[in-house]
Amino acid sequence: MDLTIFLLALFDGISYAALVFIVALGLTLIFGVMRILNVAHGSLYAIGAYATVSLTGFLLSLGFAPVLSFPLMLISAVLVGVLLGGPIEWLLLRRIYDKPEVLQLLVTFAVFMILEDVQRLVWGTQPYFQASALQALGNVTVFGVTYTVYQLILLPIVAIGLLLGLRFFLRHTVIGKLILATTEDREAAQSIGIDADRVFLFTFVVGAVLAGLGGALASPTTSILPGMGADMIVLSFAVVATAGLGQIEGAAVTALLIGLGRSFAVYVWPEVAVLVPYLIMVLVLLVRPQGLFGTSVARKI
Amino acid sequence: MSDLSQNSSSRGAVNSGSMPSMRALLTLLAVLLLAAVPFIVPSMQLLINLALAKGLAVLGVTVLLRAGQVSFGHALFFGISAYAGAFLTASLPGADIILVLIAGVLGAAISGLLVGLFVVRYRGIFFGMLNLAFSMIFWSILEKFYHITGGADGIRLTRPSVLGMALERDSFEAVVFYLSVVLMVGLGWFTLRWFASPVGQIFQTIKTNETRLEYLGLSPKRALLSGYLLSAMLCGVGGSLMAMTQGVVTPEYVWWVRSAEMVFIAVLGGAGSVRGAFIGALIYEIVRVYASAFAGDIWQLLLGSFLLVIILFAPGGIMGIVDGLMGRVSRKQHATAPEDAR
Repeated sequence: MDLTIFLLALFDGISYAALVFIVALGLTLIFGVMRILNVAHGSLYAIGAYATVSLTGFLLSLGFAPVLSFPLMLISAVLVGVLLGGPIEWLLLRRIYDKPEVLQLLVTFAVFMILEDVQRLVWGTQPYFQASALQALGNVTVFGVTYTVYQLILLPIVAIGLLLGLRFFLRHTVIGKLILATTEDREAAQSIGIDADRVFLFTFVVGAVLAGLGGALASPTTSILPGMGADMIVLSFAVVATAGLGQIEGAAVTALLIGLGRSFAVYVWPEVAVLVPYLIMVLVLLVRPQGLFGTSVARKI
Repeated sequence: MSDLSQNSSSRGAVNSGSMPSMRALLTLLAVLLLAAVPFIVPSMQLLINLALAKGLAVLGVTVLLRAGQVSFGHALFFGISAYAGAFLTASLPGADIILVLIAGVLGAAISGLLVGLFVVRYRGIFFGMLNLAFSMIFWSILEKFYHITGGADGIRLTRPSVLGMALERDSFEAVVFYLSVVLMVGLGWFTLRWFASPVGQIFQTIKTNETRLEYLGLSPKRALLSGYLLSAMLCGVGGSLMAMTQGVVTPEYVWWVRSAEMVFIAVLGGAGSVRGAFIGALIYEIVRVYASAFAGDIWQLLLGSFLLVIILFAPGGIMGIVDGLMGRVSRKQHATAPEDAR
């Protein structure tokens, strides 16, 4: 393997890891606070991508500049979070917080099934491709390897920014501290006057926005087609489980590990590239069942 | 998961009185009715055969629900068994039907043991999602290694022979149909007996309180593994029958939608109920065939919505509703009828 291929694999891995991390961040945030694994997260990712492509295509056809696709990504992500995430928490999840874990899993799975069909009804089954954001930023050449600025610089910056921003938000702002308090002990938090219902709703919407943002940012780099949501939920679960459920910083490290593992496999042994994330997950979980960064919980009898 | 199958744990020992005999009678009637289908409504034979194959796979998912675990990847064993049968008939044309079935179940059992050894360390979310991950892995292997597996087109499962005879299509379909009915009755009975057996009882205690099991010196992992093996083999039987009925196996056998369908039918029939698995599968298949004409595009949407309604409003599923009705009837007749028999 010469330097060019090594660098290509490295850059592929970094940009892929940044995207997966953004989606996994939402998944692990929701789990950390609400103890619910949102299977519908993958659908929110896919819908974020579809919404961006449609909005961008519409504005470009009106003659606007391609740079406008960046604010549109944010707008689509927020739309997904508020219009889909909000009602899901408010109408469904709120009824099942005291139910067994398996039931909660079934409920979010049912939402996932519904949203997969909604996608197909709205956007059909043909693939979409909209790379104007990718082209708007141009290319950069590093050690003789030319790569897009969008994937090599913008995506990692957004991912790191979100990681640091979320850390700051949770530890140094009032709302963030309310969320942490509710995570620690819901009943105690309620008894000192925290509106736990609103905290949960807010957290879920933020998590859903992150899923939509992941999809929006992914949309210029890949073709959008049905089934991408199912792939993403399994992949981001692999990241989150390898890191330890609810571990935000751990998810960043694991996303990088899995992203690099997959991209190097693409160049070395392409047939198994899809399997690498799961092989990493299985190997890690065999040795550390609670994940790389997870702490084992004391059992209640 | 007390809500999904609230009256499933204390069973087997208390079946006495008029309710069980009425239940046995109804079951017998239903089986006889099924066996008469090829004579009464021949047009339904194929449909019901597919429903029975699915019902056996659903029974596998149902077994795990008894331990409070849900698997979103059991189509894995369904598919492995189907592909094992297809590879066998490809290398050994005209292999016996029983041989194909055994090869499939063996494949499901071996893969079930390997996957099971890993996933029985987990419960709840991890258990469900790791199963999903394994099925997605196998699905992408089937799609990628198309020179062996035929890719998305799948491979043909040529018609096996029966007791050394190469049968015509009609008589072969009849053989598979009655094989399915026999397997349904036999394996359904076996599963009920297994639930009542010591290991089955330990297995079901995983749902109520696993830690206490460990304090008794019993291994919940070993009990869960044996239940997992049973569930994988049941899915294998279903997959093998389905492949023989359809004559072709595709990666769609392992696709997550198929796993979701199994979980859906298990919850619809009544989570944890053996009869519910087959009743659910029959109702599901019949509705699907007639609904696909006008609701093909929104089928998953309908399933998802219906799943939500069942979970939120009728957690006992169809068997829960039936039990409620029968319980009301028998309460009128006897003041002390046992309520929790299904």
